[in-house]
Amino acid sequence: MQESAFLVGQVFNGISVASLFVLAALGLALSFGLMRVINMAHGEMLMLGGYLAYLTISIVPGPLGIIVALPVAFAGAALLGAVLEFTVIHRLSARPLDTLLATWGVSLVLQQAARNLFGAIGVQVVAPSWLNHTVSLSSGPLEGLTLPYTRLFILLVAGLVLGAIALLLNKTRLGLYVRAVNQDRPVAAAMGVNARLVDLLVFSLGTGVAGLAGVILALLGPVTPTVGQSYIVPAFLVVILGGLGSLVGTTIASLMVGLFTALIEIFVDVSVAQVLLLVFVIIFIQFRPQGVITVRSRALEG
Amino acid sequence: MALKHIGLAAALLASTMLGTVRPASADGTVKVGVLQSLSGTMAISEVPLQDAELLAIEEINAKGGLLGKQITPVIEDGASDPSTFAQKATKLIEEDKVVTVFGGWTSSSRKAMLPVFQRLHGLLWYPVQFEGNECSPNIMYSGAQPNQQALPALTWAEQKGYKKVFLLGSDYVYPRTANLILKKHIAHDGLTLSGEEYVPLGGTDFSSIVAEIQQSKPDIIINTLNGDSNVSFFKQMAAAGLTPDKLPVMSFSIAEPEAQAMGPSLLAGSYTSWNYFESLPSPTNAGFVAAYKAKYGANSVVDDPMVHGYIDVYEWGAAVKKAGSFDPEKVRNAAIALGYSDSPLGDIKFAPNQSLVQTGYIGELQPDGQFKIVWSSPKPIEPVPYDPLTFPGKSCSAHTTF
Repeated sequence: MQESAFLVGQVFNGISVASLFVLAALGLALSFGLMRVINMAHGEMLMLGGYLAYLTISIVPGPLGIIVALPVAFAGAALLGAVLEFTVIHRLSARPLDTLLATWGVSLVLQQAARNLFGAIGVQVVAPSWLNHTVSLSSGPLEGLTLPYTRLFILLVAGLVLGAIALLLNKTRLGLYVRAVNQDRPVAAAMGVNARLVDLLVFSLGTGVAGLAGVILALLGPVTPTVGQSYIVPAFLVVILGGLGSLVGTTIASLMVGLFTALIEIFVDVSVAQVLLLVFVIIFIQFRPQGVITVRSRALEG
Repeated sequence: MALKHIGLAAALLASTMLGTVRPASADGTVKVGVLQSLSGTMAISEVPLQDAELLAIEEINAKGGLLGKQITPVIEDGASDPSTFAQKATKLIEEDKVVTVFGGWTSSSRKAMLPVFQRLHGLLWYPVQFEGNECSPNIMYSGAQPNQQALPALTWAEQKGYKKVFLLGSDYVYPRTANLILKKHIAHDGLTLSGEEYVPLGGTDFSSIVAEIQQSKPDIIINTLNGDSNVSFFKQMAAAGLTPDKLPVMSFSIAEPEAQAMGPSLLAGSYTSWNYFESLPSPTNAGFVAAYKAKYGANSVVDDPMVHGYIDVYEWGAAVKKAGSFDPEKVRNAAIALGYSDSPLGDIKFAPNQSLVQTGYIGELQPDGQFKIVWSSPKPIEPVPYDPLTFPGKSCSAHTTF
């Protein structure tokens, strides 16, 4: 393989990792921007998505299982998110710091529930055979470049989800309400926006997207009770880097984290790359504490 | 699966209840500690190991116990976290007053427990293959030393004609030290090292590593990843078209249960080096496998660390009988050179350096999840804790102190 192909391959890998991060972090960013709530159980929504993919594929085997699993996981995780918002987060809305502790408790409960239901060992989701191909270039300047279908599929899902959410936020009445509540909750409420309902919908939307991320994770790794834990730290990193509550910021930050990791891994091993990533984020936040994109919001100025 | 967990919970409940009512050894029972990770990234491997240890305890109890006492296991969860292991080991010895402890998997967990056992004069039976380079009077090392697992694998690879070796591991003490030893032998034997990469324990992203493997084109990958990371690695290799039949992978932490959990279709054709395979043909092994399946379900599988955990309990039992005492130091002295010719893994015994003399095997994973044994060492291999090429001048002799 040539150097240039290797480099392009790493850029592709970085974008592919970024697309996973953006799906994992989007819900966190949205609910923090809107409600100032840090949902520690967000990783468990990914886990739920993974297990729902496993269940769906065992009921609907064959090539379309994974396609069916996507809406199922979205709906399941969104539903659980709605229940969580209604029973825990909404009731603690006056004490945002307490939600940190409460949702962390919820995350432990969900992990143990998965362990009791499915066992500690985890379950196996096998990628359908139509995803088991690669695009390989055997000539030209990028000879030897291989792009796995799985990663292209992930990129496609992330692109569609981002597009759909951008449309929802910018072109629909619900999106208008979301932006209104985001900018100034009391005034929006005074204008007749049901802020309570907006909270509920945005929170479930965020957890639903995490559910989708869970399906995609299942294609790349194992589905275990603790799978969410491996993604929650990068997700928080992306949210902080991107600027709280911004869709564009989250996307750019995901790309930054993904590309930084992939490119630095050309020179150092994965462990060192993680250290350098954290150093990079710390330095970045020193110079730009508000993140990539600044969202003007009364909620955040508090 | 559900039944298994109910059984576990019941055993846990029973042991705690017994623990509060009866102090150690006062009447007809004696307590031993069983300390594995029941949660976290290592649970995938350690829960079945714990099951095997409990099976051996149950079997010995059914045959009348030891020195007229029934053995009560006190179960603790190391939670895949070294400091939790140290904490729970202290608790087992100081509060539960167990006479010995069976447990540990990762070297970090063993290293964390070692000072506890030395300080409190306890005896730990450690059942997993490890990097050697350690020699404590308070630990019985039944898992393979590097010269019983890693070096036989390299010998086999050389005999197969593989010249370019890629080393990949989780980032902690076992892979780092095992690869240090392997690199010395790779250089000494005139092979080429085509790459060396480490991923944090539990790491899930292998995109860059797959790209590096594609670029450096090794003949074989020696894989010391631990736990769930293996699933991510093999899935992402397969997605890039590098299935084990195209590029051989020799793994040191994948045995029958991991193969079953990851799906044999993902791993079929990959190799592994152990001192035991479920497919070993001896009648004793068949009996052990049948007993395990009868207790934990027909779909369960057994592997090398589990058998080491199982025979550790038997070795301990035999040493207790020989010593006529539960005292850890007397038991340790009795265990040395106590022959066990009819174990599920064949002819074994503890060498004076407290590691096990045992045979090395290479297995190739079949689509049914079992390993076909493709190579075995001509005779049981003496354990060498300090590799002479990597750590010249260091050796491990018999301990007289405790």
